[in-house]
Order: sequence, then structure tokens, then C-alpha cells
Amino acid sequence: MSNRRFSSVFKLSILSLVLAFTGSVSADPVKAAFVYIGPTGDHGWTFAHDQGAKYVKEKMGDDVVITTVESVEENSDSERVITSLARKNDIIFTTSFGYMNPTVKVAKRYPDVKFEHATGYMLDDNLSVYSARFYEGRHVIGKIAGRMTKSNVIGYIASFPIPEVIRGINSAYLAAKSVNPDVSMKIVWVYTWYDPGKEADAANALIAQGADILMQHTDSTAPITVAEEKGIYAFGQASNMREWGPNAQLTGIIDDWGPYYLDRVQAVKDGTWTSSDTFDGVQQGMVKFAPMNNNMPVDVKNEAMKAIIDLSMGAIHPFTGPINKQDGSPWLAEGETPPNFPDLLTMDFYVEGIDSKYPN
Amino acid sequence: MIENLIIEIFIGITIASAPLIFAAIGELLVERSGVLNLGVEGMMIVGALLGFVVISHTNNPFLAVLAALCAGMAIASIFAFLTQFLLTNQVATGLALTLFGLGFAAFAGREYTEVTIELIGPIYIPILSEIPYLGPSLFSLNPLIYLAFFMVYLVWWFLFKTKQGLILRAIGDNHDAAHAIGHNVVRYRFLAILFGGAMAGLGGAFLSLVQVPIWGEGMTAGRGWIALGLVVFASWQPFRIILGAVIFGGITVLQLHAQGFDIRISAQYLSMLPYLATIVILVALRIRLKNKTNRTVPNCLGRIFHSTT
Amino acid sequence: MIKLTPRPENSKAMIILSPIIALALTALSAFIIFLFILEDIEVSSVFFTLFAEPLLDSYYFSELLVKAAPLMIIGLGLSIGFRAGIWNIGAEGQYVMGGIAGGAVGLYFYNVEGFWVLPLMAVAGILGGMLYASIAAYLRIKYQVNEILVTLMLTYVAVLFLSAMLQGPLRNPSGFNFPESRIFHDSAMLPIIWEGTRLHIGLVVAILLSLLAWFGIKRHMFGMQIKISGSAPRAAKFAGFDDNKTVWYSLLISGGLAGLAGLFEASGPAGQLTPGLPQFYGFTAIIVAFLARLHPIGILFSALLIALSYVGGENVQIDYNLPSSITQIFQGMLLFYFLACDILIKYKVVLFKKNN
Repeated sequence: MSNRRFSSVFKLSILSLVLAFTGSVSADPVKAAFVYIGPTGDHGWTFAHDQGAKYVKEKMGDDVVITTVESVEENSDSERVITSLARKNDIIFTTSFGYMNPTVKVAKRYPDVKFEHATGYMLDDNLSVYSARFYEGRHVIGKIAGRMTKSNVIGYIASFPIPEVIRGINSAYLAAKSVNPDVSMKIVWVYTWYDPGKEADAANALIAQGADILMQHTDSTAPITVAEEKGIYAFGQASNMREWGPNAQLTGIIDDWGPYYLDRVQAVKDGTWTSSDTFDGVQQGMVKFAPMNNNMPVDVKNEAMKAIIDLSMGAIHPFTGPINKQDGSPWLAEGETPPNFPDLLTMDFYVEGIDSKYPN
Repeated sequence: MIENLIIEIFIGITIASAPLIFAAIGELLVERSGVLNLGVEGMMIVGALLGFVVISHTNNPFLAVLAALCAGMAIASIFAFLTQFLLTNQVATGLALTLFGLGFAAFAGREYTEVTIELIGPIYIPILSEIPYLGPSLFSLNPLIYLAFFMVYLVWWFLFKTKQGLILRAIGDNHDAAHAIGHNVVRYRFLAILFGGAMAGLGGAFLSLVQVPIWGEGMTAGRGWIALGLVVFASWQPFRIILGAVIFGGITVLQLHAQGFDIRISAQYLSMLPYLATIVILVALRIRLKNKTNRTVPNCLGRIFHSTT
Repeated sequence: MIKLTPRPENSKAMIILSPIIALALTALSAFIIFLFILEDIEVSSVFFTLFAEPLLDSYYFSELLVKAAPLMIIGLGLSIGFRAGIWNIGAEGQYVMGGIAGGAVGLYFYNVEGFWVLPLMAVAGILGGMLYASIAAYLRIKYQVNEILVTLMLTYVAVLFLSAMLQGPLRNPSGFNFPESRIFHDSAMLPIIWEGTRLHIGLVVAILLSLLAWFGIKRHMFGMQIKISGSAPRAAKFAGFDDNKTVWYSLLISGGLAGLAGLFEASGPAGQLTPGLPQFYGFTAIIVAFLARLHPIGILFSALLIALSYVGGENVQIDYNLPSSITQIFQGMLLFYFLACDILIKYKVVLFKKNN
């Protein structure tokens, strides 16, 4: 799978034919819908998607009508929600992996509606997938963590052992290790995306075991509040969590979906939408960062900023060889970077140096 | 370093078990009076929300705790009214209470998901908290934890050292006989249910005021059901509630630590331990009690009391 | 002063009227609540979306039936136990285990087509649920351990077990390492009885089961056994009915049916095993059983009512941006009112002045 391709341009005659038949692509506002897995108040994953939706509304004003549905469980009910939306909307964004099968099914039944599935891998004529290279964000915070830790233990609160999360762990570890060869990582799996109590428990356990800097791949602000309370450092996840950790948050990875969403909704309006497969990172502006905390030493801040600039210019790749897998077998040769498929998209191994056992 | 870790684990266990202790000791009193209230989860979450709401507006922990208490009582009164005056089936009413409570809390709490508050912090008992090892662990805990232990003692004292407690237990064992003697069965049960609600509300408030300074719908995550199990586990004896809550809370916390230490058991199976342990220990207790007369279950538990006057 | 005086005999009128009164009270409460929380939305249109639209729109009507089917099946199983005073609160866990067992069979034969695959899966699902419930039955009989606690704890275990299975042996090998199983192949999918919808034979099975249960309870000895056991255990023992047998039957039947419902969900609307298999059908079915007063035919209707509140509630959530918790609140209220109004059957409400 490759990066985003730009859509082809319709001939004017075809466009007018389409106009004549459907009467769409005109003054009627585009109707876009978003399916969220959690509450927008999580201030994490769903919050970030909702910010993207709001961005579309802000930029397109009356040209778009936005419907959002929160806390849709990833079960067979979601198919009904997506169908309900498909009956009334032109484009639907399903923002979690677990909606994949239902989205595929509904997309087949509603060929005139466009579907966009986040973090999925199944495509169709009217079904796109999109995801962000969060591991690039992990690279930056990994470097900061490597420098800022004094106990040399980074605590990682992980949700589910899926490739996206594994990529994040590996990338963060490699980056931390590159600036601090003595660093180690303790990983706790909480098997939930959002459970403030459990996330807090995990944070406390990691801190008790010596971690003095936290990373999370879960959606609530609980770990940051624990970090703030205990006087250690942490990183915001999916959005700027500074409010919950004014001293603790060194920076945070921000998912900026707005420009992508605007692009896709606009394409529906212009009639130029085609199925695509997007996997964007810092360079395309999908992965951004919260402002660096002033309590960071200048040299650490500068190093982080340089990494961000390098990423935004495509000058570095967080996974650059030589890298071995955890069992010692070689993965990337010197200077080699991995292809998206299968290496990145199905990643199911830790890199060498991580001493936790790979889950299952 | 290792002593610090043990102290941290100890504190973590107390924090994990406190909400369970509150909810379970309240339900224990209710069940001793012969009523089975399955609505503990609903009462806890309402308490969690109200406590959070009040503290976010007033910044006053006392008011917040009081609010949680009252919220639990208020919602418990619905259950009390239905089961004691309208003679409804307790199992169904309790389930309805859970459903309603969860929905109500989620709905009312919509505006509060982005709010953050000051946690109620631990207190450091003067002099005692300086003792090495015991000091930082036993004597520097959150005041609500001390309150939880006190409530257990209070319930024990009430049940076994007061006349009213004796009457309540008698009602739980044989409500017809107690009524014949002249005791007001309905009043005792009604008050017991309110107490249970207050305790559940406190347990919920512990989550939102002590454990994490945020509100999220469903944040009780099944603790109300665990509390119900703990009452049975404790054979309706107050002090055993602490044992059960510590075991349950402990395993939950230890499972996370075990991952940090890279113990090679999958996280799901580790997470099953608290639930399986509850069943196993319950069976073990039964085996021990098999030879003694097993009178710990309140005989009238769950049965509807029909006044004959 | 309001006092309740017992009626000489149950009011036949109230048996029909009390649910209607309860519904009316719920609707009234809903109306009042909506007036408060909806500023510029027509309350009547919300009501329409909630209650009427799912009945008038063919897609939503089919979805209503899809959601009602598992509630019917599990509710029927539970009602048998509840009549006997056996409280299986963990039907959700048995549902999950049945789904895993049946689904695993289907996945095992994923490259084999044949008409026998699905029935085999159904048998596996039933057995899975039965075996899981039998743990509670055994513990209750041998150690007098309360089945409420055991079945409830085992529910949590079942959900964790599902997660472990989906991470491990049941995970789709070509699924990018996500914790989901393969999509079931054609032989493993339930036949659809309404073309173009998701409505599968589960509904037919539910209706057949309910008729079977109705006859069973009316005629068969076993039914009488359960009727008596529940209302007077000592009398039952005196008459020679075996209390232990009742425990086994109750838990095995409710467990087996819950397992079947789990299999139907996995091989029907879901089409695979995912962590989203548990949807609280096991708990909602308890409410369904109670609303129907444990009557097998009544369960069909109460399941439809609850399913209506889900589908309608979801549409209200989408169309008016109201949170899903609204549905929960109303379901809870409906049950409260229903239970409360039931008293009108046995008691008369009398108003009198307090003298002396």
C-alpha cells in the first residue's frame, strides 16, 4: 500500500452528465457523518476526530451539514448506525478499526455513498482507508523521554497488542535508546482504550516500579493526572492534555484530522472523490505536537524540534536499520527502511532491546 | 527501593479496595435485614457523579462527600419504596435501579467529562506516620480509606452490640416472627436500604474524588457487582468484607505489577484471577462450614414481606 | 392517607391494564423530561422517532426483530429458572461461551462447505452455554454456593476468555494481527429469512421455543415441578419433587439457550467473532423475562418492546444528537413503573382520612 494519490480529474462533459442525472454537486450542502467509538469528552482519540469534524464545518460553513454519533460500540449494532447514516449522508467516516466489517457491508449496499474507515485495511470503490503515522510522533517523544528520564525506566501504558500500538512502542524505544543507551521500558497492557480507573492504576504501578516518565496508548487523561500528582513527566495522547498536566506534560502527540477531512468532504462536493489509502505523518501535517513545555532543558527541546523538522521534510525514518527483532533475528539492514506492507502494517514483534515478553 | 515498592503496592491495594469496602458493607447491612439490592452499581455511579459535580463547583471535599452520600440514599429510596411499599420483586427492582442509575449518571454527567478537580489527598497522621515502614503505609492513607474501615467497625458494632442490630438480624432471619413480636419490619428495612445507598454512594465518590480526578460514564466498571459478590464471600460477616475487598483489589493491582515485572502469564488470564479467586474462596469457606450449622445466610433474603394486618 | 388493601382475588382487569398504565406513565415521564432537556426540538417528533418509526420503516422493523430474537431466546431460558427461584444472572457469560464454542467449530471448518456445519455449530453453542452454566449448578448443589455470585463472576471470566481466544487461537491469521476472527464462510452463516435484511432464522427458533415452553409449562410434569418449586420449596420437597434436578434443569436450559443465542449472534448479524460479541443481551433478557411476568408468550412481546426502545433510542440519538444514556434511563423507568403497577393486581389503592 502506498501514500495518498491525488484523484484524477473528470472531463467537463462527464461532470455535466452527472449533474444532469443526479442534480448533486450543486448548491445542496454536502452531508457528512462521523461515527465515534468514544465520547468527545475523552479529550483523546475521539476528541481529536471531533476537532477534525469541527474544522470541516468551520471551513465549509453552510456548504456542509455534519452529523456525529458518539460512543458507538464495536459490535453488530454499529452496522445499523452506519446504515442509518448512509440513508441520509453523502460521506461517512468510521473512526475505529472495529467498524471494519460493518463498514464494508454497508458500503456494498450503498454504492453511491462514500465511506472512509480509519485504521482499516479493506478497500472498495466507495470505501477508503486512512491512518496516521503516529509512530513518527513516538519517535520524537521517545527522544525527549530518553533525555529526560533519570531512572532510565520509561513506563508505557498500552491498550491492545495491535500493529499500531506495537509500532508506537518500538519507535519510542528505539528513539529513546538512540540518545540514552541505558534506557529500558516497562510495558503494561490494560486491554481497554478508555478506562480512567484502570489507566490510573497502571500508571501508579509503573511509577512504583521505577518509571519516572510515562507514555500511553490509551485515550483518557488519567495517566497524565497521575503523573502530575506524582511530580513526574508524561506525554499527551491524541490531543493537547496540558490542562490535566501543566507540569507533567512535556509535549503531546496531536492527531490533526481536520485538513484530511476537509479534503475528502470537499472532494465529494466537487465530485472528485475516489477511493484512496492514506497513511500520512508529520510531513503531511496529520501528526502534530503540543507546544514544548518550558521546563524542558533547551538542548532537549532543540533536539526534539530538529527531529520534528527532519520528519516534516521526510529526511528521517523512525525505523532505519540496522535493527534486529527481539529474538535477535535481523529485520532491517544498515540504512534500510521498512515497506508499509507487511512490515509496518502487520508489525507483531518487539525490536531488540525491549526486555518485556511480547504479549501472547 | 524494594521497601518503597512494597509500600506503593500496599497503598495501591487500599485504594483499589476502598470503594468495594464501602459498597459491600452497606449491602451487607441491607442483606442482613433480608433484602437483596442488586442495584449497587447504579447507586455507586450516581454517588461518583454527584460527588464530582459538587466538588467541581464548590471545591469543598466535605460537601462533595456529603452530596455523594445523599445521592446514593436518594436513588436507593426508589428501590426502598418499590420493594417495601409496593412489594415488587427485589431482583428485578435492583436490576432496574442499576440500569436507571447508570443511564442517569451518564446523562447528567455529560457536561463534566472535560472537567478536572483537585483530588482529596492522603493525610499524614502526626508522629505515627514517621514510623519506618508502617508510617508511610498504614498511617498516611487517604481519610476516606480510614472512614471505610471505620464504617466496617460501625456496622459490626451495630449488628452485634446493639438491640436494634439484633432486631434487624432477626427480621432478616424470620420477618413474620419479628413482625408478630411487634417490630416494624418495613421501617428497619427501609432505613437499612438507605444506609446501603449512602455507602454505595461513598464508594462511588471514592473513585471520582480520590482515585482519578475526572468523570467518565461507566467509571465504576462493574465494582458494584463485585461488591455484591463480596457480601456473599464474607458470609455476611462485616470484618470479612475487608479480607475480600483486599484480595479482590489486591489481585487487580498485582496483576498490573506482574506485567511490569514481566511475569509470563497473559494479561487476560491474570485479570481473571480476582473473579475466580472469589468463587474458589467461597467454596473453600463452605467446605469449612459444612460441619457447623450454616446459619449465616439471612433466611428471608430476597423474600417479600407481606404484612398480615 | 393512601393504603393498600388486598383484593379478595387477583384483578383480571389489572393483569392487562397494569402494563398499559406503566407504559403510559413512562411515556408521560419521557414527555416531561424531554420538555426540560430539549430546547428547540419538537417533542412529538422525538416520540415518533422513538416509538413509531421503527415500526413503520421496513429496515428498522427488521432490525427490531434482529435485536429481539436473542432477547427472546435468552429470556425464555431464564424464565424457566426464575420460576423455580434459580437466579441465573450470568446468562451473558453463557452467551459468550456459546458464541465461542459454536464460532470455533465454524472457524475450524472454514474451508469446508456443507449443510451440516451450521447445525454442528448450533449444537456446540448450546453445549458451550450448558457446560458453563453447569459450573454454577454443581457448586450450588454440592456446596450451596449461591448461583447469583457464581454466574456473575463467571461472566467476567468469559469475556476475558473471549479476549484471550481472539488474541490467540481464534485470531484471523491474515487479519493484520487484530483481535478478530476470520469472517465466517457461507456454510457457517445463518440463513436469512427476510431478503435484504439481517433477519435470520433465530427469530423462528425463538417463536418455536416460546410455544414449546408454553406447552411444557402448561402440561408437562416438569413445568408443574418448576411452578411449585419456585413458590414453595418445602411443599415441593414434600410432594417428592427433586430440588437438585430442578437446579440442573434450570441452569442447563437457561445456559444452553443463552449459548445458542450467542452462536446466533456470531453467525448472524456479526458474521465473525470479535470482542464486541457481548452486548448485555444476557442482562437485558432478565428485564425482558420480568416484564413478561415469566410467561413464555409474553416474553415475545416484552422482547419486542425492549428491542423497540433500543432501535428507536438509537435513532433519536442520531437524529437529535441525544446521548445513548437516554435509552437506558427510559428502560429503567419502564421497569420501575411496570413493577410498581403490578401491585394493582393484588392490591387495591384506597384513600381514606386518618381518624383518631
